[in-house]
Amino acid sequence: MAQYETVIGLEVHIELATKTKIFCGCSTEFGSAPNTHTCPVCTGMPGSLPVLNKKVVEYAMALGLATNCRITQVCKFDRKNYFYPDNPQNYQISQLYLPIARDGFVEIETAAGKKNVRIHEMHMEEDAGKLVHDEWDDTSLVDYNRSGVPLVEIVSEPDMRSSDEVIAYLEKLRMTAQYLGVSDCKLQEGSMRADVNLSVRRAGTEELGTRTEMKNLNSFKAIAHAIEGERARQIELLEAGKEVVQETRRWDDNKESSYAMRSKEDAQDYRYFPEPDLVPVVISDEWIREVKARQPELRPEKLERYSREFDIPRYDAELITESKKVADLFEKTVELCGKPKKVSNWIMGEMFRLMKERGMEAEELAFSPENLAKLIDLADTGTISSSVAKKVFEKIFTDNVDPEKYVEEQGLKTVNDEGALRAAVEKVLADNPQAVADYKGGKQKAFGALMGQSMRAMKGKADPASVTKMIKELLEKQ
Amino acid sequence: MKILELTALELSEKIKAGEIKVKDAVKAALDRAKEAEPAINSYVTLDEEGAYAQAEEVQKKIDAGELTGPLAGVPVAIKDNMCIKGQLTTCSSRILSGFRPTYTAQAVENLRKAGAVILGKTNMDEFAMGSTTETSYYGPTRNPHNTEHVPGGSSGGSCAAVAAGECFGALGSDTGGSIRQPSSFCGVVGLKPTYGTVSRYGLIAYGSSLDQIGPVAKDVSDCAAFLEAIASHDPKDSTSVERKDCDFMSALTEDVKGLKIGIPGDYIGEGLDPEVRQAVQDAAKVLEEKGASVETFDLGLVKYAIPAYYTIASAEASSNLERFDGVKYGYRTENYEGLHNMYKKTRSEGFGPEVKRRIMLGSFVLSSGYYDAYYLKALRTKALIKKEFDKAFEKYDLILGPAAPTTAPKLGESLSDPLKMYLGDIYTISVNLAGLPGMTIPVGKDKEGLPIGMQLIGNAFDEKTLIRAAYTYECATGKQYEKMADIRAAMETGKEVG
Amino acid sequence: MANKISDETIEYVGILAKLELSDEEKEEAKADMEKMLDYIDTLNELDTTGIEPMSHVFPVNNVFREDVVTNGDGREETLENAPQRKEDSFEVPRTIG
Repeated sequence: MAQYETVIGLEVHIELATKTKIFCGCSTEFGSAPNTHTCPVCTGMPGSLPVLNKKVVEYAMALGLATNCRITQVCKFDRKNYFYPDNPQNYQISQLYLPIARDGFVEIETAAGKKNVRIHEMHMEEDAGKLVHDEWDDTSLVDYNRSGVPLVEIVSEPDMRSSDEVIAYLEKLRMTAQYLGVSDCKLQEGSMRADVNLSVRRAGTEELGTRTEMKNLNSFKAIAHAIEGERARQIELLEAGKEVVQETRRWDDNKESSYAMRSKEDAQDYRYFPEPDLVPVVISDEWIREVKARQPELRPEKLERYSREFDIPRYDAELITESKKVADLFEKTVELCGKPKKVSNWIMGEMFRLMKERGMEAEELAFSPENLAKLIDLADTGTISSSVAKKVFEKIFTDNVDPEKYVEEQGLKTVNDEGALRAAVEKVLADNPQAVADYKGGKQKAFGALMGQSMRAMKGKADPASVTKMIKELLEKQ
Repeated sequence: MKILELTALELSEKIKAGEIKVKDAVKAALDRAKEAEPAINSYVTLDEEGAYAQAEEVQKKIDAGELTGPLAGVPVAIKDNMCIKGQLTTCSSRILSGFRPTYTAQAVENLRKAGAVILGKTNMDEFAMGSTTETSYYGPTRNPHNTEHVPGGSSGGSCAAVAAGECFGALGSDTGGSIRQPSSFCGVVGLKPTYGTVSRYGLIAYGSSLDQIGPVAKDVSDCAAFLEAIASHDPKDSTSVERKDCDFMSALTEDVKGLKIGIPGDYIGEGLDPEVRQAVQDAAKVLEEKGASVETFDLGLVKYAIPAYYTIASAEASSNLERFDGVKYGYRTENYEGLHNMYKKTRSEGFGPEVKRRIMLGSFVLSSGYYDAYYLKALRTKALIKKEFDKAFEKYDLILGPAAPTTAPKLGESLSDPLKMYLGDIYTISVNLAGLPGMTIPVGKDKEGLPIGMQLIGNAFDEKTLIRAAYTYECATGKQYEKMADIRAAMETGKEVG
Repeated sequence: MANKISDETIEYVGILAKLELSDEEKEEAKADMEKMLDYIDTLNELDTTGIEPMSHVFPVNNVFREDVVTNGDGREETLENAPQRKEDSFEVPRTIG
């Protein structure tokens, strides 16, 4: 079989984290009862008119600037016409002719190295409502709570060649949006979505093959699988001497396969024309400067600052800053306890371990920096032993408990009672004559066994240094 | 009957003076409507109960000295394409059967704040698409001056209601002449304001970039008062313009000295009914005698306004009317198989032939491969037409001409040839393309007794000059063409009454 | 130049506009559209090169809302006119699958 190259471009939708919808004063809150966040504007009532949310323009500008785009200083909205029940006006207000930003790029890094993925354009538009399918009645139920939630669609050039690059690109966009505070980019809630345009061509050729568009991809895993599957499907067609048909395909996550979404009623002729109900957005140099000035610290600056201010390894800094959420947690905790190295160790060690174990995203972290700072202090002052600290951390991680209270309530403080320790160690030595003999005979390993038993006897609450000291002292006396 | 002969301003004065009760004014108009409706059919909905309830409330506020404005207590009618909360709003279309909006249009809200009492919703061409008010799902409206004739359209219901004394003023909407042309046919005063002067929030859109709400009134003073009441900068309408000069009643002065008036040669040339031409030229002479200078000039591009308009208006309409699909409100077909069949059957049964014609044309001109050739070409033509007006207003203070090439045609004469009907919009349409204010006032009658209107066109944001010229004309001629229609006589002339 | 509208075009525009026309209506629609397009074609007599298409007639721009929630629970009003409602949603014929 011939060698094929995969050519991928992405259309990424990001829901902006504004308080209200793009064209009306309804809340964008997620997860409310159906149709509660609705009004005449976002349900397409006759006679209603849209008025643009200024924040949407500023968020879109911020995203455009952070991805090296050119801001379109006279930008306009257009209507995209198509009938579907989740779209209450049967047209979507979007941007075709003069989108807010164009010609940008982001740098990505994969095992194959660094490269730039170019951004063709970025436009503002309104989200559609939600359809829930009723299996019994053969009907669909329409909820317009999401209708009119602001979106930015980012259209890349076909610059990606593998699912690794696609994931790296998405992660980069997500990180940028999160750092800017313009979106939380939760894939599972649909606040970040990607449509994949994919074609294949013989390795070494320049001409692009016929592409398909894949929709309904709700996780990085689905995206990776869909890319592999579609690549294989197209190659198979070409190898069999058939042609790839340009079409839109829908990914079925359960079946792990895609199917064509074609119907006679979908003409795919959107009849775009300038939205007469909205006036142009004119963006002055001044306004661009203002948005730039308000731009929060992004990752490269953060990394640089970390190396200046905190004595932590570059590798740790990179992992910590990969997510804005984790970076914020780190900085907040350091501010409270003043121990960057220790905070970094907890994050790099226990926190990442637990996240991996539980398959969690950084966005799902729910414990407070205050509690982590307290824990570090407790461990530092020797109030709790390191093994107890690990257990308490897990409790903080899961339930965000106050470690001071928790340690108190559970009686986990290190025991500083020398009499109790002496008695416990004496008993251990008396119960284990063989180990004592081995140690005295030069077997260092035997000390570990005595240490473990003594700690157990103290229920983990003794300070290991004190235990070591006590064992050595008593052994010498024997 | 005495009450009915009062203008809105006169009526309000008498109400505020305690000589007439608001409910008596409402009763007079409703009684008149009951008498006239079987012959005229101006209203889709008459809200008798609601009107009396409003009357009581307004009366209290007037008595308490809270309502002192020039329109306090005046019974009015609203074209049925403006939303009123809880009240049937149909655009005279089957597809909006049973639709009761959950909010009220800003212009209507403003009128209410001024103390007007809303009697009901007036008939119109379906979705304001037509020039005769014959395309209504609720049957045609007839001209109160002669019921064999149409009242014009699309605000035919509003104009007929004012002409017949079924209300003391009304709101219409004007996308291509829909206030000015029926005002001309019905012998009333109508004004389309500069685009952006009156909020479109709550006006069910036909051609969004062209639509404007405006008043239909018994005389020029009433017209100015209604316009002053409804004009507002509305943050809910992004195309609404912030104006500081909405004191339109201040323009009610008898003074046209030095006013430069231009008559476009194409507006009084070929295709114009000689009787209409004569009446308009006579009216121009009246203004000239009052000190204005009048001359004919070449406006240019007049004949391109209609094709540009029908391209733009149909395109916008095809999109604006997509929301009527049987999902959220209004009519849904009884039997269907699947979603798209439901859409198609609902819309095919819900819309009338003229609306479908424009939706089809609009969808076509926007479709892939035709957008540039048709839609963009029309928008470029619009820019050129605007330029022609800009040039004209460098020389003239206002433009004068007829509102329509003929007086009101007979029922059934226009619909058979849509293109011919569209050509009747020749004098009004370019005003919408350029966003300018335009006004019609009655200046005569033809030999059959049908009213003839004169149209005045002003520069953008210059309604005051229109009002001043119209008022001056009215004073000079003693309002002789602004008499209320004699319905009984009209019914007699128009033997067949439906 | 006389425009000719084919059966396919009328069919296609019907799909776009979600209108179902009877055969008779289709013939009428074809004739109407041909006539209108011929008329609209008179615009081609005008030289519009270099003219910016004008969608908004006045140079109004930057009309914005602040990002403040002003609307409360709109559910009942939103659903008030629904031709078919199920619980708190609009009900439509099943869309996919």
